[in-house]
Amino acid sequence: MDIVIENLTKRYGVQKAVDNISLKVATGEILGFLGPNGAGKTTTMKIITNFIAADEGDVYIGGKSLKSDPLEIKRHIGYLPENNPLYQEMPVVDYLLFCARINGIEKPKVESRVAEMIRITGLNSEKHKKISELSKGYRQRVGLAQAMIHDPEILILDEPTSGLDPNQIAEIRKLIRELGREKTVILSTHILPEVEATCDRIFIINKGKLVADGTAESLRKKAQGSDILRVRIEDGDINQIFKGLQSLSAVSMVDFADRQKNRFDVHCKSEEVKREIFRLCVTRNWVLTEMTPFETSLEDIFRELTMN
Amino acid sequence: MNTIWIIAKRELNSYFDSLIAIIMIVLFLGFSGFFTWISGSDIFLISQATLRPFFGIAYWTLFFFIPALTMRTFAEENRSGTIEMLLTKPVTDRQVILGKYLAIMILITIALALTLPYVITISKIGNLDAGGTACGYLALLLISAAYASIGLFTSSITTNQIVAFLSALFIGLFFHIIFQIIAGGMKGFLGQVINSLSTTVHFESLSRGVLDSKDIIYFGSIIFMGLFLTEVSLSKRNAFN
Repeated sequence: MDIVIENLTKRYGVQKAVDNISLKVATGEILGFLGPNGAGKTTTMKIITNFIAADEGDVYIGGKSLKSDPLEIKRHIGYLPENNPLYQEMPVVDYLLFCARINGIEKPKVESRVAEMIRITGLNSEKHKKISELSKGYRQRVGLAQAMIHDPEILILDEPTSGLDPNQIAEIRKLIRELGREKTVILSTHILPEVEATCDRIFIINKGKLVADGTAESLRKKAQGSDILRVRIEDGDINQIFKGLQSLSAVSMVDFADRQKNRFDVHCKSEEVKREIFRLCVTRNWVLTEMTPFETSLEDIFRELTMN
Repeated sequence: MNTIWIIAKRELNSYFDSLIAIIMIVLFLGFSGFFTWISGSDIFLISQATLRPFFGIAYWTLFFFIPALTMRTFAEENRSGTIEMLLTKPVTDRQVILGKYLAIMILITIALALTLPYVITISKIGNLDAGGTACGYLALLLISAAYASIGLFTSSITTNQIVAFLSALFIGLFFHIIFQIIAGGMKGFLGQVINSLSTTVHFESLSRGVLDSKDIIYFGSIIFMGLFLTEVSLSKRNAFN
C-alpha cells in the first residue's frame, strides 16, 4: 500500500506544527523522517495514524482517504507511538493477546500469531513478566510486536530506537529491516546514521515545512553541488601541481586543502577526472599518494537545512 | 460489539489484577452490610421484612465508590499515553467509551449481586415484597449507571486521577443533594423543575416500588449526557498530546 499526503496542515493555536506538507511513499519503501525536535514529525505521524485530525489536507492510503474510512485504514497500519506507551501492569503475553484481538485477528489464529511475534522479537524468556518489569530494550520489542501483530502493510515508527544502548539499537534496526521487507515504512528519528543504515529515502522537515526529500546520496550531491575528490600529490612544486590540476578538462575548481601536505580538493565535472589526474601525475612524474571521494556528512546537510 | 467486549474484558481484568475490584467489593459489602444488619436504623430496629435500609445505605456507598472506580479509566491512559496506542487501533472512540463503561457496570452488577444473600435471608424471616425489592435493585443500578457516566466524563478531561475523582464527586453532589436542597427553598414551577433534577427524588420513588417511566427517562438522560460529553472530550485530543 502506498501513502499519499496532500497539503497537510495542522495548527496548535496560531503556531503551525505541520505546514502544507505533501509527500508520496511508494509501496515497499522505507522512508526516514528527519527533523529537529518540534519540527512536526510526531504530529504528522499522529495524523497518518488517525490519532489527531488535520486542519487542512488529507492522507490517502492505498487510494482511500483517511477521512472517509478511518476504521478500515487503521487495520492496515501498525504504529509505534513516541515513548512507546504500553499497559505497564499487564504481562507481555496478555498484552499481545489483547492487541491481536482488538486488531480483529480471527479467534483461532490469535494464539499462534502471538506466539510467532514473541518468537520473532525474541521475547520468549520474558513473556510472562509484567511489562513494567522489563528493561527498555525489551519494552521496545513489545512495542514493535504490538505494531506488527496484525501483519500490517504499513508501519509507522516514531523514534523506534530512542533511549536504547548501541547493541539494542543494532538489534531493533535489524528487526525493522527484516520485518519491514515487504512493508511500507515511515520511520522518524534524529539519529542520522540510522537513516542511512535503514532507509531508502530521506525526508527532512523543519518548522513544519519540507526542506529536503531524496536519497542520502542525492541529498549529498545537492548540498555540495558537485563531486569532490581529495587528492594528495607529492614530489612536485605545489603551485605547478595546482595549475596542472586546474588545466584538466574534467575539473571545475581546485582548492588547497592542506598546503604542507600537498593536499587538494578537486571539484569535478565528470567521472573522467580520476583518470585525468592519474595521467597528469604520470606525465609530470609526480607521485599520487591519496585520492578519496570526499563526502559531506549527513550531519552537515541536516544542520545546514534546519539551522537559522 | 465484539470490539467493545474485548476492551471491557481487558478493563475488568485490570480491575481484578490490581485488586481495585476486590477492595471495592469488600468495602461495599462491609459498609452496606454493617449498616443494614448491625448498626443505625437497621433491619432489626425497624423490624420489618424489607430491604429499604440496605437501599438507603447502598445509595450513599455507591455515590462514593463509583467515582473511585471510574477515576482511572481515561485519566490514567491520558497520563501514560496509552490512549494514543489504543485509539490508533481499529476502534472508534465510542467503542472505547462503551467498553470501559460496560466493564464498570459489570463490576457494579457483581457487587450488587453479592448482596442477594440479604434478599434470601429476609425473605425467610418474613414476607418480602418481591416487586419492591426488584425495583430497589433497579434503582441502585440506574443511579450507578448515571454516576458512572459522570465519572467517565470527568476522567476523560484530565490526566490526574484525583482530579477526576473529586470533580465526579462534585458534579454528583449536585444531583445527590444540592438540587433537592435548593428546590426546598423555592416555590412554583422553577422549584419543581430543580427538584425533578435531583437523583434522590427519583431514587426514592423507584425504591419505594413505583416503576414510573419518568424516572427511567431521567436516569437515561443523565447516562446519555455523561457518555456524550465523554465522547466530545475524547475527540478533542490535543489537550494532552
